[in-house]
Amino acid sequence: MSTPLMENHDGFSALAATDRVAGQLYTDPEIFEAELEKIFYKTWVWVAHESEIPDKGNFKKAMIGRQPVIVTRDRKGALNVLLNRCRHRGASICEPDKGKANGFTCPYHSWSYSLDGQLRGIPYPEGYEGVIEKKDMPLQKLRVESYAGMVFASFNQDIEPLEDFLGDAKLWMDRFMMQGAGFGIKVQGEHKFRFDGNWKIQLENTTDGYHFPIVHRSWMASVDAETADMLSFMTDENAVTHALGNGHSVAIMVPEHVELDADDGTEELQERFRHIIDELSETMPADQVRRIVRSMHGAGFNLNLFPNVAMSMSFFRVLRPISVNETEVQHMALGLDGGPESVNRERLRIHEHFQGPFGFGTPDDAEAWDRVQRGANGNPQMPIMVNRGLNRETTGTEGWKTSHVTDESGMRESYSQWKKMMGND
Amino acid sequence: MTSESTLTAPLENGFASDALLDPMVSKAIALIWHEATLLDAKNYVAWEALWTPGGKYVIPIDPDTDDFESGLNMIYDDARMRRMRVTRLTEGYSMSAVASARTARTISRFTVTANDGECVTLRSAQIIVGFKREKHLLLAADLEHRISFVDGEPRLDLKVVRLVNSEGAVTASGFLL
Ligand code: FES
Ligand SMILES: [Fe+2]
Repeated sequence: MSTPLMENHDGFSALAATDRVAGQLYTDPEIFEAELEKIFYKTWVWVAHESEIPDKGNFKKAMIGRQPVIVTRDRKGALNVLLNRCRHRGASICEPDKGKANGFTCPYHSWSYSLDGQLRGIPYPEGYEGVIEKKDMPLQKLRVESYAGMVFASFNQDIEPLEDFLGDAKLWMDRFMMQGAGFGIKVQGEHKFRFDGNWKIQLENTTDGYHFPIVHRSWMASVDAETADMLSFMTDENAVTHALGNGHSVAIMVPEHVELDADDGTEELQERFRHIIDELSETMPADQVRRIVRSMHGAGFNLNLFPNVAMSMSFFRVLRPISVNETEVQHMALGLDGGPESVNRERLRIHEHFQGPFGFGTPDDAEAWDRVQRGANGNPQMPIMVNRGLNRETTGTEGWKTSHVTDESGMRESYSQWKKMMGND
Repeated sequence: MTSESTLTAPLENGFASDALLDPMVSKAIALIWHEATLLDAKNYVAWEALWTPGGKYVIPIDPDTDDFESGLNMIYDDARMRRMRVTRLTEGYSMSAVASARTARTISRFTVTANDGECVTLRSAQIIVGFKREKHLLLAADLEHRISFVDGEPRLDLKVVRLVNSEGAVTASGFLL
């Protein structure tokens, strides 16, 4: 029988220890409410990739916890993240998921706002003379900063600079973007699904190499031998997970694809891409073809950025907490901005094969996570164990705690940040 | 044209009152209902045999597109992908397929959009109700079937399932639409 983590609560942070967390972290609605306040409304939360809003006037909707926001590129080209809530009586001012606009007009009484949130127009203004000034009623604006094309926002106006928060993860974001192979990265489309479980179950999964050959056996059986071999990291000692600080971590599944810019020429291109190689070779030098085809499966790692986004091989995984036992997940397929059409199509087909509600991978992940939530309702005091690999965890010269990719160093890093933030007032 | 040229000309709103009475159309609808029966029964091996070798099975995300190749889909299967999908759903290693919901689906509201004597294209509406672990789930979709007659036998040549919530969150499931 496992011992409960703690007897007397002096705050939720005591529910997470180094090697285990209380099962109630998945099931307690009070903890969920506190997480929204202390994590999602306090830290940097990913809201967009710049390719989704490339031009002046582009916008997309996003959610931070329960709060709806609009990410815009204004007439000067600057990024804005605005609360999607009219300053008059609260109607949402934007409902399309994305698009292009000169501004936003509230559907209720037609107050109109510019792309940077200024209140521009009030119909029949006589009733407001001497009552309000337009300049005092802009849309609520969040802090917004971006790194490597990844746009983050925060309700916390006093938050540290994004680059400080990302810290050592920045190196891995740069490495991730190398899959552009000389082109920029663009979002090509997205799958969206929900599962009946707590958001942290998905957060943990991004660096969980341990589940892969078990949960994804049917996917592994369906791909060509070269692809299956590429992902046979269970006994590869170079496949490691690093804890990067501030809750971020990286799980390396394909060590030879960590730095796609570096190529010693020994790797054979996968035969499944022969039709692409032949087509590109008609117009491109061999080294460029090789560079693009080596990057077809994306970077060789999953980078988990606390709390809501992962840069996962060839896609972004974005999670949105709905309630204590429901989570929405987006899988955004990436392509080469301005790159060869055939390559981008091939990348879409690879994405469809694994991801999405009818992919060969996602439904099995979702089923496993539903099962975690169902099981965790049994004795919520009994701990969830995240101690795998503590016996072989080392700290390298970079200061990163490191263990095998099937170990749970990434989860320990997430929970140490969770503990820190849940202890803050 | 059709085997019996008894069809009246469509009215101005496109409604041809006896288009569904064409024997090829009746056979096509019978195939679509047979397909639905097989899918509810999760008899995927028999389902796979209903297809032409070049048949495409698509669940797109973009509600308006017919260019499935250059956008992201939920399913975009040719014969090879279909083969692997059936294997995955039947071999017992996929935990979502093993634990998939029981389903009952109805397909109705058929309209004939093309009929050249070799191929019949039909649109219809599909409602699927599923049940799994205390919860019902509901999926509604517009369907498009192109049924090709090879040696007089109807075969699935194209099936496009346009979920009404294709751009929203779709529950990951271990069954087919
Ligand atoms: S609620 Fe927006 S104008 Fe009245
Ligand atoms: Fe997985």
